[in-house]
Amino acid sequence: MTATLTGVDVAPPVTSVKRRRRAPGWLAVVPLLVFTAIAFGVPAVAMLDGAFSVKDPATGTSSYSAENLTTSLHGAYLTALLGSVKLSAVSAGIGTVLGLPLAQVVVTSRFRALRDAVLTASGVLANFGGIPLAFAFVATLGNAGVLTRHLGLSKAGWDLYSFWGLVIVYLYFLIPLMVLTITPALEGLRAQWREAAQNNGATTVQYWLHVALPVLLPSLLGGFVLLFGSAFAAYATAAAMVGSSVPLVTLQIADAISGNVLVGQENVALALSLDMVLVAGLVMAVYLPLQRRSARWLA
Amino acid sequence: MARLNPWRWVVLGLAALYFLVPLASSVIFTVDVPGQGVTFDAYTQIVSADGFVSSLLLSLELALATIAIVLLLMVPAMVALRLGAPRLRPVVEVVCQLPLVVPPIAFVAGISTVLKWGPDYLSRTPLFETFVAIQNPSFPFVLILAYVVMALPFAHRALDAGLRAIDVRTLVEAARSCGASWPQALLRTVLPNLRGALLNAAFLTLALVLGEFTVAQLLGFQPFAVWIYSVGGSQAQLSVAVSVLSLLVTWALLLALAGVGGRTRTASSRG
Repeated sequence: MTATLTGVDVAPPVTSVKRRRRAPGWLAVVPLLVFTAIAFGVPAVAMLDGAFSVKDPATGTSSYSAENLTTSLHGAYLTALLGSVKLSAVSAGIGTVLGLPLAQVVVTSRFRALRDAVLTASGVLANFGGIPLAFAFVATLGNAGVLTRHLGLSKAGWDLYSFWGLVIVYLYFLIPLMVLTITPALEGLRAQWREAAQNNGATTVQYWLHVALPVLLPSLLGGFVLLFGSAFAAYATAAAMVGSSVPLVTLQIADAISGNVLVGQENVALALSLDMVLVAGLVMAVYLPLQRRSARWLA
Repeated sequence: MARLNPWRWVVLGLAALYFLVPLASSVIFTVDVPGQGVTFDAYTQIVSADGFVSSLLLSLELALATIAIVLLLMVPAMVALRLGAPRLRPVVEVVCQLPLVVPPIAFVAGISTVLKWGPDYLSRTPLFETFVAIQNPSFPFVLILAYVVMALPFAHRALDAGLRAIDVRTLVEAARSCGASWPQALLRTVLPNLRGALLNAAFLTLALVLGEFTVAQLLGFQPFAVWIYSVGGSQAQLSVAVSVLSLLVTWALLLALAGVGGRTRTASSRG
């Protein structure tokens, strides 16, 4: 890379090229930075400001305090926050456990076409969420859904508009996301490692327990937190399906923004948003180092 | 390694079942109406349904504007980073990844707080007019601002991958020493080599905007996804039929993208 660059650098009139390219260098980046400062920075600052300011109902003056954050960690708000964490953890856990064998089967397949088809479909499905997903499942497993009617699931106590209903729906985009995330790591498992284990008398189970899973562990954990973050941030699917029958932090914030709560609680919604950002930030802080660590085996 | 053991077939079969049944059921749900037998009314009603055309057009307009702004902001910046400002690269990387840390619902909470400043503090300033203008219901510019931010991580990843595959500096210097001006060098040398990456970024942004619900609904606008949601309450068959169609369109887009720019490796989803 450097060799070719220096080779080329010598040929054209270097000084004039350098003088001219210095100006556009950072100038071209400025619009992007200015735009994000306005479109992203201002709302972010407004959220921080609102989350920490409390308006005195009597005098109308506002002051900074952590009261909203404290409120957001109590009562119904805490229930919603924990509900979101629980839903995300459960569906991310199941997604990780189910995505791994699917990816493994696909990666070790002899059929190139199957592999390509599953990976392409995963790319599509991992981006699939929101309203159409919710309605597809309502049509399938909802009260008047096709499977519910034909299999008589209502009598068996089935309810899509519940915690486990949401888990089943979320898995529809989480499993493909896991397949995409774990595939590079599975491709990094060398056939020689398995052969070496077999030559030393290891069974398939022993190979997986002592060789494959330890190597895959950083990728699996990274995938898990990625799935967790994805489920944690999801709003549209839950809003279209369950309304408020399952307590979720996204639904609480939406209620507050649409004015469906007591006056003066808007800033609690901003505090809840800040809680969400902190959780999502934590997720990324765990994910990025894990990703770097797992990249070692792929090199 | 046993290649054709039953384990593979069980795994693949269960996966196929789980991923295909909801789609098949949705189609059955729309054509097999209880008490009416098989009918395709739900699909024929779509075009004449109230708000279908206007909400779809609004979504498409928003998508086009978003794509244009994303590319105009990102392409010069990314190319410039390769050419002359490598020290800004980590800055841009962080800025473009930041939206991933803020869930859309938290982002829209911030936006609606800012929009409330309009009537609260700014009613006597020219900024107030701006606030009103960007919330025009027939073309809500504030949504475009939000969508551009939400598209930044995808656009960054797509363009970064595209730029990594070509040697921008050599291309530009070759064009320059052949007498091309800066705009010519960029438009006729760099951009054609980035075609795949540009399409990639545009498709991902299009899919994002067409399916986006959270921001639009909470700010009170009615693009396509919000419209589907609003018909869901009264006309179940119709809303599922539109969902099926919008799925097919989005998937066709993303599959086309997979064909154009290699496999999609987008590690995010719109919930």
